[in-house]
Amino acid sequence: MIRRVLLHVALAVIGLAHLVPFYLLIVLALRRPGSSASIWMPPMDIAWANFAEAWASARLGTGLLNTLIITSASITGAALVGLLAAYPLARRLTRGNGFVYGAIIACMMVPNLTILVPLYRFMVDIQGVNQRWAVILLHITFNLPMIVFLYAGSLRSIPREIDEAAMIDGAGRLRTLFTVLFPLLKPATAAAFVIVGISIWNDFNFSLFFLQAADVKTITVSMSSFFSQYNSYIERAAAGCLISSLPMVALFLAMQRYFIKGLATGAVKG
Amino acid sequence: MTQSIVTARRRSNRGRGINLYYLPAVVLLLTFIGYPFVRGIAYSLTNWNGFSPDYSFVGLDQYIRMLSDPRVLTVLVNTLIYAVGSTILQNVLGLLYALLLDQRLRASNVVRTIVYLPIIVSNLIMGYIWYFMVRYNGGALNDVLAAFGQDPVNPLADRTLAVLVIVLANTFQYVGVAMVLYLSGLQSIDRSYMEAAAIDGAGAVRRFWSVTLPLLAPSVTISAVINVIGGLNIFAVIVALTGGGPGYASSSLATITYQLYFGEQNAGYAAALGVLTFLIAAVLGLTTLRFFRRREVEL
Repeated sequence: MIRRVLLHVALAVIGLAHLVPFYLLIVLALRRPGSSASIWMPPMDIAWANFAEAWASARLGTGLLNTLIITSASITGAALVGLLAAYPLARRLTRGNGFVYGAIIACMMVPNLTILVPLYRFMVDIQGVNQRWAVILLHITFNLPMIVFLYAGSLRSIPREIDEAAMIDGAGRLRTLFTVLFPLLKPATAAAFVIVGISIWNDFNFSLFFLQAADVKTITVSMSSFFSQYNSYIERAAAGCLISSLPMVALFLAMQRYFIKGLATGAVKG
Repeated sequence: MTQSIVTARRRSNRGRGINLYYLPAVVLLLTFIGYPFVRGIAYSLTNWNGFSPDYSFVGLDQYIRMLSDPRVLTVLVNTLIYAVGSTILQNVLGLLYALLLDQRLRASNVVRTIVYLPIIVSNLIMGYIWYFMVRYNGGALNDVLAAFGQDPVNPLADRTLAVLVIVLANTFQYVGVAMVLYLSGLQSIDRSYMEAAAIDGAGAVRRFWSVTLPLLAPSVTISAVINVIGGLNIFAVIVALTGGGPGYASSSLATITYQLYFGEQNAGYAAALGVLTFLIAAVLGLTTLRFFRRREVEL
């Protein structure tokens, strides 16, 4: 009995402790600018205007739109290229393919800042600076290893007889892959979308290096330029932080099961 | 006879044709990772400033320069603290949380969601949230200190505390990953092992060290490798909290590479630091993997 009470207390302490940063963020975002009350106190009169001001002065609308475009295009591209690559790597287990697979997975170990200098130079060469397509290509490339890994792992657990049956029925390889196997790969697709989706939506590095022009900035870059300019407008900054995190958080709360399961699969397999 | 050879050849050709499917992936990886990687090594042997068409080959000068650059030692130490420090904290805390949640209390799911939530938030935003908490004027920390009659502190202006705040912010954000990994590890442990150990007279602590922990070893390996590589990549949190300051006191290899390139037009030197970071990532990642893999076998 005492043990159960103690366990509950411990659980409550952890839960509350982890809520503190979010609580403070919300208080700050809601209170009137220049308020001298402690940040721990819930605000008495709520200043909704903070949100409108953050939205306008940090150009969060543009940021959200760019992030949305870049994330959805990159995820779709990466899933497509990754699925195509995983198919032969999971089905034709030759020594050469084993090497290709190993090389692709090894790319996961390259921290993206290690090649910052040559990559930036290369982007200048192909006129990709301040272009959304260029950053989309980068996101696709850097997330490919994870996707190939997830799809190859799941494909191996699907019996080859299914491919053969489809091909005897006259389906070509591509058709087999997309109409027969792809529906069976739903868990891997969900995991890929969650892992890659979070990392691209929240990306700061590539967006910071390659998207500096006002109309192509993503949400994180919008926030960082806003913050460095107006860090004395702390309430507005907090409101901006809240707005930019909200879409992902809402998605997470609505589809929690997929998120936690997806991230765990990716991690266990990675 | 001839016909069967033809069919056989056709079949093997068709088998090979499927390899074309990984061509787009390989082309992308070679273009955006492989080629820049090689070109980066080349740049690290020059004195290029990042934009001028003229530069010359300087051999290993950029690498030799690191030896006498006091900033390099600082960022190396910091990078190791960020990578190893966060790894240890996240795994110890994550394991504790997982053990608690594994008791299947009613509130477990809510707490799991709460601990997990920060993973969804951008590291940059997480850095700002921590900035709101520890900033000097009106920060949450100083409000608490004032309530206890203590003088306010300014952790972000302090060389040691700034590093600590960054480690804490990173740990807070990613402890959920370790927790979920350990939780799924714990839940896959067959209860009969526990019962057998209990019958043999092992107490709760003994059961943890002799049964639970060894069976969790694969989860420990995975979690440690992920955290170490992730720790080397810490960039946005530092930018948001300290910008690498005061001075270079909280900079990491990542932030200083960025600064040298875009701030100081020192592309050759930045490229050399990039190569160094890669080597450290490879060595640290493989060492962690081997260290824990060996223990897995022993256990």
